[in-house]
Amino acid sequence: MTLAVPAPARARPSALRSFIAAQPLGAVSLLFILAMVFASLFAIWIVPHDPLKLDFAEILAPPSWSYPFGTDNLGRCVFSRVIFGARTALVIGILASLVGSTIGGLIGVVQGYFGGRLDFYVSRFVDILLSFPIIVLALVVVAMLGKKIVLGVDMNLVVAIAIPIIPKVARVVRSAALSVREMPYVDAARASGFSHQRIVLRHMVPNVFAPFIIMFTAFVAQAILLEASLSFLGLGVTEPTPAWGLMLAGNAADFYREAPWMIIFPGLAISLSVFAFNLFGDALRDHLDPRFKG
Amino acid sequence: MGAYLAKRILTMIPTLLGVAVLIFLMLRVVPGDIVELKMRGDGGAPTIQQIEAERARLGLDRPLIAQFGSWMTGLATLDLGTSMWTEKPVTEEIAGRIGLTLQVAIMATIIAILLALPLGTLSALYKDTWVDQAIRIFTIGGLAIPSFWLGMIIILGLLYAFNWIPPMQYVPIWKDPLANLAQLIWPALAVGYRFSAVLARMVRSSIIEVMREDYIRTARAKGVHERLVIARHALRNAMLPAVTVIGLEFAFLIGGLVVTEQVFNLNGLGRLFVQAVSRSDFTMVQGIVMVIALVFIVTNLLVDLAYGWLDPRIRYGGK
Repeated sequence: MTLAVPAPARARPSALRSFIAAQPLGAVSLLFILAMVFASLFAIWIVPHDPLKLDFAEILAPPSWSYPFGTDNLGRCVFSRVIFGARTALVIGILASLVGSTIGGLIGVVQGYFGGRLDFYVSRFVDILLSFPIIVLALVVVAMLGKKIVLGVDMNLVVAIAIPIIPKVARVVRSAALSVREMPYVDAARASGFSHQRIVLRHMVPNVFAPFIIMFTAFVAQAILLEASLSFLGLGVTEPTPAWGLMLAGNAADFYREAPWMIIFPGLAISLSVFAFNLFGDALRDHLDPRFKG
Repeated sequence: MGAYLAKRILTMIPTLLGVAVLIFLMLRVVPGDIVELKMRGDGGAPTIQQIEAERARLGLDRPLIAQFGSWMTGLATLDLGTSMWTEKPVTEEIAGRIGLTLQVAIMATIIAILLALPLGTLSALYKDTWVDQAIRIFTIGGLAIPSFWLGMIIILGLLYAFNWIPPMQYVPIWKDPLANLAQLIWPALAVGYRFSAVLARMVRSSIIEVMREDYIRTARAKGVHERLVIARHALRNAMLPAVTVIGLEFAFLIGGLVVTEQVFNLNGLGRLFVQAVSRSDFTMVQGIVMVIALVFIVTNLLVDLAYGWLDPRIRYGGK
C-alpha cells in the first residue's frame, strides 16, 4: 500500500519576488540601498582606517591598497570617510523624510477628509511653500533655528530638511484622500457614528498608505541631496563628522590638481545613493500604484 | 486681454503678502538674532548693555507688531530695509547681484531646451529601444547628480583636458562678452543638466501622448511627410506641457544656483542668500525671499501668456 503524498501546495509568489520580477531595476537599487544600510551599520569593521585619524605622513596620498580612495589634505582616509558618510546620509535622510512625510501626510489626510474652508486655507499656505525650491526653504529654516545636537544628530538640520518636504507630501496625499473620502466605507463609518478621529486614523490613513510610502522613499533621495548641499555650504553637518557634502566643501577645491580623488569619490557616493533611492521610489510607484505611472 | 492681465497682476498682491507674512513670522518664531553673532564674531565679549544698545539701534527691541508694520510699509514703497550686517540697503545689494544670477539662469534654460527637445523627441519616437534607454540613463543621472558636484567635475575635466580652469573673476557681458561667456557657460551647464533631464522626460511623455491623437493619423493618411508630421503637428502640440515645466524649472534654478555659485566663485544672488543665512541677517533673508517669490509669480504669468500664443484655442478673461 502506497501512501499518497499530497503535492505540496504551490508557494504563492511572495511580494518581494513579484517586485523583483516586475521591476529588475528597482531590485538592483534596493540591493544598493541594502548595501548602504549594511555599510553604515558595520562601518567600523569595514573601514581600513579611523575616519577621523589625521596622518600627516600620508597627506594627499593617491589611491592605493592601503587607502583605496586616497587621503585628504589632513591625511585622513577618503574611503573610510565615504563609508562613514553613508551613515550620516542615511540617518539624516531617512529621519528627515520620515518626519516630513508623516507630518505632510497627516495634513493632507485631514485636508482631504474635512475639506471646506480648512482645506482652502491650508491649500493656500501649501501653495506658497511650494513656490520655493526646497533648498531655499531649508535655508530659511536654518536661519531660523541654528544648531541643536541630540544623540550626535543635528536635530535642527533634520527639521530644516523635513519642512520643505511637508507641503509636497501634503499636496499628493490630499488628492489621494479626496478620492478615498468618496468611498462607500467612509460613508458607512460616518453613518455608524464613528468619531472623526477614528475615521481618519482607521479608515483614511491605511488607504492613503501607498502614496505615502512612495513619497517617503522618493524624498529620502531629496533629503540626502539636500543634506549634502547644506553641508557643502557649511550650514549642515559640521567637522569632524564624516559627511559627503562636507568632504567636498572648503578646501577640497584647493586640491583639484593634487588630489582629484577628494572630489570624485564623495560626489559619486551622493549621486549613486540619490540615484538608487530615486529608482527604487519609481519602481515602488509603478508596482504599488500603476495609476501614477509616468 | 488687458483686463485679464490687470486681474492677474492684482491677484499677485495677496500671494506676495502671504509670503511676506510667512517669512517674517518664520524668522521671528525662535528667539535669538544677529546681534550677538555679529559682536562675538570678532572675538569680542560684548557686555549686556552693548548688546542691548546695538539691538535698539537695529530696531530689534521694538515689539514684533511694530517691526512687522515697518516691514509692510517698506514693502508697499518697494523698500526692503537695510541689511543688518553690511548696513547697506537690501534692494541695492540685490540689484548688484541679480543680473549675474539671471544671466546664468537664462543661459541654463537655453542649454536645457536645446538638449531636452531633441533628446525627449528621440526617446519618444524610438520608445523602448536602446536609444530610449540611453536617453533615460542621461535623464536619471540629471536627477541624481548634484549640480554643485557636476560643477566641480566640469572644472576638473577642463583642468585635465586643457590645463585651464574658468576665470574666477566676474566680467559683465557688456564689457567683454567673450570673457563673460567663458566664465558663465560652465555653471550654466552644471545647473542646466538637471533642468534638461526634467524637461526631456516631460517632452518624451507628452509626445508619446500626442502621437496617439487623431490629427496625427489624419496627417499621415493624407500623405504628409513623417518629418513634417513630427515638426508641425506633434512637437507643436507637445510644447504646451513643456512650457509649464520650462517656467517652473526656470523659477527654481535659483535653488541649484544657491550652491553652484559657490563652486564657481560667482557673487550672485544665491551666494548673497547663503551669506545672509549664515549671518542671521534677517532683513536680507526676507528681501531675497520676496525677490524669489516675485520671480516665481512673474514666470507663472509669462507661462500662462505663452499658452495663449501657442494654442489659439485658449482665450483669456472669457467666462
